Amino acid sequence: MAEVLVYVDHVDGAVRKPTLELLTLARRLGEPVAVHLGPGAETAAPVLAEHGATRVLAADAPEFADYLVVPKVDALEAAAQAVQPAAVLVPSSGEGKEIAARLALRLGSGVITDAVDVEAGEQGPVATQSAFAAAFTTKSRITRGTPVITVKPNSAPVETAPAAGAVEALEVTFGDLARGTKVVSRTPRESTGRPELTEAAIVVSGGRGVGGAENFAVVEALADSLGAAVGASRAAVDAGWYPHSNQVGQTGKSVSPQLYIANGISGAIQHRAGMQTSKTIVAVNKDPEAPIFDLADYGVVGDLFQVVPQLTEEVKARKG
Amino acid sequence: MSLRIVVAVKYVPDATGDRRFAADLTTDRDAVDGLLSELDEYAVEQALQIAEAADDAEITVVTVGPEDAKDALRKALSMGAHKAVHVEDDALHGTDVIGTSLVLAKAVEHTGFDLVVTGMASTDGTMGVLPALLAERLGVPQVTLLSQVSVEDGTVTGRRDGDAASEQLQASLPALVSVTDQSGEARYPSFKGIMAAKKKPVESLDLSDLGIDASEVGLGGAWSAVDEATARPARTAGTIVKDEGEGGKQLAEFLASQKFI
Ligand SMILES: Cc1cc2nc3c(=O)[nH]c(=O)nc-3n(C[C@H](O)[C@H](O)[C@H](O)COP(=O)(O)OP(=O)(O)OC[C@H]3O[C@@H](n4cnc5c(N)ncnc54)[C@H](O)[C@@H]3O)c2cc1C
Ligand SMILES: Nc1ncnc2c1ncn2[C@@H]1O[C@H](COP(=O)(O)O)[C@@H](O)[C@H]1O
Repeated sequence: MAEVLVYVDHVDGAVRKPTLELLTLARRLGEPVAVHLGPGAETAAPVLAEHGATRVLAADAPEFADYLVVPKVDALEAAAQAVQPAAVLVPSSGEGKEIAARLALRLGSGVITDAVDVEAGEQGPVATQSAFAAAFTTKSRITRGTPVITVKPNSAPVETAPAAGAVEALEVTFGDLARGTKVVSRTPRESTGRPELTEAAIVVSGGRGVGGAENFAVVEALADSLGAAVGASRAAVDAGWYPHSNQVGQTGKSVSPQLYIANGISGAIQHRAGMQTSKTIVAVNKDPEAPIFDLADYGVVGDLFQVVPQLTEEVKARKG
Repeated sequence: MSLRIVVAVKYVPDATGDRRFAADLTTDRDAVDGLLSELDEYAVEQALQIAEAADDAEITVVTVGPEDAKDALRKALSMGAHKAVHVEDDALHGTDVIGTSLVLAKAVEHTGFDLVVTGMASTDGTMGVLPALLAERLGVPQVTLLSQVSVEDGTVTGRRDGDAASEQLQASLPALVSVTDQSGEARYPSFKGIMAAKKKPVESLDLSDLGIDASEVGLGGAWSAVDEATARPARTAGTIVKDEGEGGKQLAEFLASQKFI
């Protein structure tokens, strides 16, 4: 059976959830072979195996952390040459997309980004994507070379499917460009203790209507009562009320949770681009004409400072 | 010696319009008015700031696109870029990002560069991979997704705010940079800038000028294909209630009915 490469996104061997989703998709196309770069392969391997990885190709070198993108492309290219895969799946992050594109070019292959589903087709993998701020859904395929596809978080269920998943060393020779862009320093993002925005089952967001940084406590309290991640519109981010890493939309994160609650957000096209595919959408806005209500499964026309705290109390009460 | 900056800008259908696919499943460029991609305004802005900080710099804006794409070049020129290159050829219709990166790489090499600046993503295709592809083709360092950038003594430095960490990056020129919408508001063209732009040179190139065979681009030369595009079904109208003092509780009731609590 054909093998499918899955690029592992991890922090020192702690595998991030989107990679496990990729293993689910990879199993539809063939036998998943995970590619683990940097430290922690021995920690990651049992988790990858449990979710279907038949092998874990691992390489560790300081270059992966010290230089941007290209060393990882060199490693994936080596893996592709060794395995001759039927496809390569990479998580859709800023870095994941850059790695995938450069890899595709080197392999003489086409690239598809931001797939929300991948299935086996007669002429190779078929990727589902959202286009024009999720107004359209497309089905695409690679017509030349080894399909290289980046997949968004929350695109497939995480499934256990135990496989061998033994660690094998991957030989990597770095090319001339590998040390081109030096990472001079790195400041890790502080953990908020809340779920990762793109991976969360529930996202509670605030916009300009929240009116100030300190008022975001109202949004955070609701999020915490639901075990949700916190999002923000660009208006709230530009005003300096909430970090850009929490921005939802075209130039922020794209989320697709089970439940999205928009508070004081009008629903501009660029915001919708990042949340329109959420399963259930709820909006609280004092303007009955706000476009966000066109998307909402349930909407409350009212002042968020009345509605949201009441909702939070009610959630807490019901959860006991 | 003069710092040669090339900015790649795309002409895109206005995102606030009713964007669609044409019959051949390429982006319909007639249905909606086009403009300079808003995200590329940030690239032009950062190029202008880098040029202002350098003793001597020249900014060329480059686009690959249809006749109307000249509008995007004019806008960039009116913001302050010095000259423009327009790659236009009927054979380019339907080119995918791999093909576009080939054409842009040839155009940028034709122009000559020390620094290439791009936006973070186009607002129509939203792939965000062209900068990496262009760097790969040009064989120069990619210093991408920067929220802050500067160039000094032949070195480009910048900050990249990633998912897990914020990184300080550094590379030697020649290099390719892409900037995000966090890099700083783009300036509005002044009246003087708009008038001056009319006289600035725009060089038109076709595929043969760049030594590219038509079979390498266009729909036929694409390495990926869109087989289907369907309009997303309109979301079924939801329940909208007016808060009369119980809005939060009603919302909780809805969430409970959907098993969220
Ligand atoms: C290239 C480009 C990229 C962009 N990318 C993004 C992006 O990634 N993400 C994004 O979000 N935007 C993005 N935008 C900006 C987008 O166009 C909108 O400007 C932005 O989404 C508006 O944010 P908002 O809804 O919070 O603010 P507004 O549009 O000002 O809406 C605020 C809403 O709050 C309501 N409100 C006010 N007070 C209260 C109250 N007390 N209680 C209840 N409701 C209240 C108002 O009725 C209003 O509907 C982008 C724009 C461009 C041009
Ligand atoms: N046809 C084009 N002409 C010039 N520049 C382009 C073109 N397409 C993309 N770009 C540049 O590449 C960036 C990323 O585009 P994309 O990968 O298509 O999202 C844009 O912000 C532009 O700077």
